[in-house]
Amino acid sequence: MRTGDSLPEWHVEATPTFVISTALATRDFQDVHHDRDLAIQRGSKDIFINILTTTGLVQRYVTDWAGPEALVRQVNIRLGAPCYAYDTLKFFGQVIEKDDQDLTIEVVGRTDHGDHVTGIVKIEVPA
Amino acid sequence: MIDIEKEAARIAEKGECAPRLARDPVNLPMINNWLEAIGDQHPGYTKVAPPAMVQVWTMAGLHGQRTLDDPLGAMMKILDEAGFTSVVATNSDQTYHRYLKVGEHLSVTTSLEDVTGPKKTGLGEGWFVTTRSTWWVGDEPVAEMRFRVLKFRPAEKAAPTPEPQATQVIRPSVNRDTQYFWDGCQQGELRIQRCGGCGLLRHPPGPMCPECGATKPKYLVSDGHGVVYSYVVHHHPQVPGKQTPFVIALIELDEGVRMLGELDGEPSIGQRVEVVFTKVDDELTMPSWRPSADR
Repeated sequence: MRTGDSLPEWHVEATPTFVISTALATRDFQDVHHDRDLAIQRGSKDIFINILTTTGLVQRYVTDWAGPEALVRQVNIRLGAPCYAYDTLKFFGQVIEKDDQDLTIEVVGRTDHGDHVTGIVKIEVPA
Repeated sequence: MIDIEKEAARIAEKGECAPRLARDPVNLPMINNWLEAIGDQHPGYTKVAPPAMVQVWTMAGLHGQRTLDDPLGAMMKILDEAGFTSVVATNSDQTYHRYLKVGEHLSVTTSLEDVTGPKKTGLGEGWFVTTRSTWWVGDEPVAEMRFRVLKFRPAEKAAPTPEPQATQVIRPSVNRDTQYFWDGCQQGELRIQRCGGCGLLRHPPGPMCPECGATKPKYLVSDGHGVVYSYVVHHHPQVPGKQTPFVIALIELDEGVRMLGELDGEPSIGQRVEVVFTKVDDELTMPSWRPSADR
């Protein structure tokens, strides 16, 4: 693992089942994450992924790559375009800093509507 | 009229709210539900929770009610009353001091850090509200979060985005250094700046030769042929006067300089191309590129 290393591209199919089951597993009961009629009434195209799930996906993307021994220290994310049901969310990542066992990874998650999430994850890897 | 900034200062001044206890201690069933939903097969979450779950433990739940001293709730209420009725989360910065063990019972405290606005956003006019939360096990801080939401007034019946029209292209800014180039396009000539002193060809144009320092630029009329040196396919955002996706290529002219322009057709590096001139209106003709037959 070195500065400049790329993470393999990863695709998440945001099916309605995925959007709803992750919203409930993160205990987020806002209607826009499970009720399409209300989501549309509120001006959305469809139900969309909640921010706690995006944080979880970003963490998973990095730990899937870094391995189970890596310790997650920080997840900082900024949200852009919503990730709606039926979108494909494509993750890209790169190591932007390495200081001994501490790595900083930049992550982008993109749908056809633009960047859904941009952020950085800090992890600590075994020596 | 509500003075939002004054109300925000009043809430911020109160500092942290009283600790709010999570419904359940950190527990395996909730961890497993989360792993299953996220699809995470990490084998390490049998005695500790995934760090990214920290906020889950203290979510208010299906019938959750905000406590009276919750600063985010108080600020939301003020913005609701001011007509900013919709909300969307924009930032979450979480720092985990350590992994949380099954059985530990978390509580959370929150303070209001910042309220800025009104800002015009894609969703409508709104205020950005930033809070800072700390999670505790007993009196040990175990994780922290800066969380920002946009509280906005939904735009009146979102007008459908009009299709960009061909006449709305972004116009070049023509000045004394670039006038000759655009004049050339109108006459069907692709002009490359040439130093009046040493003869060096250069593009984009500038007032002074980087080689000899002469300030008397002339130009040469290019043959209009070259190869694709590099390119990007532009998908997002929308650009006035363009249908996405479109290709912007860096063309290496046979005369030796490189020039940016739109390329019509499937791009590939090294492909031979020729210039085409498209008249936008009486004042503007744009050069672009298309694959050429010659090899």
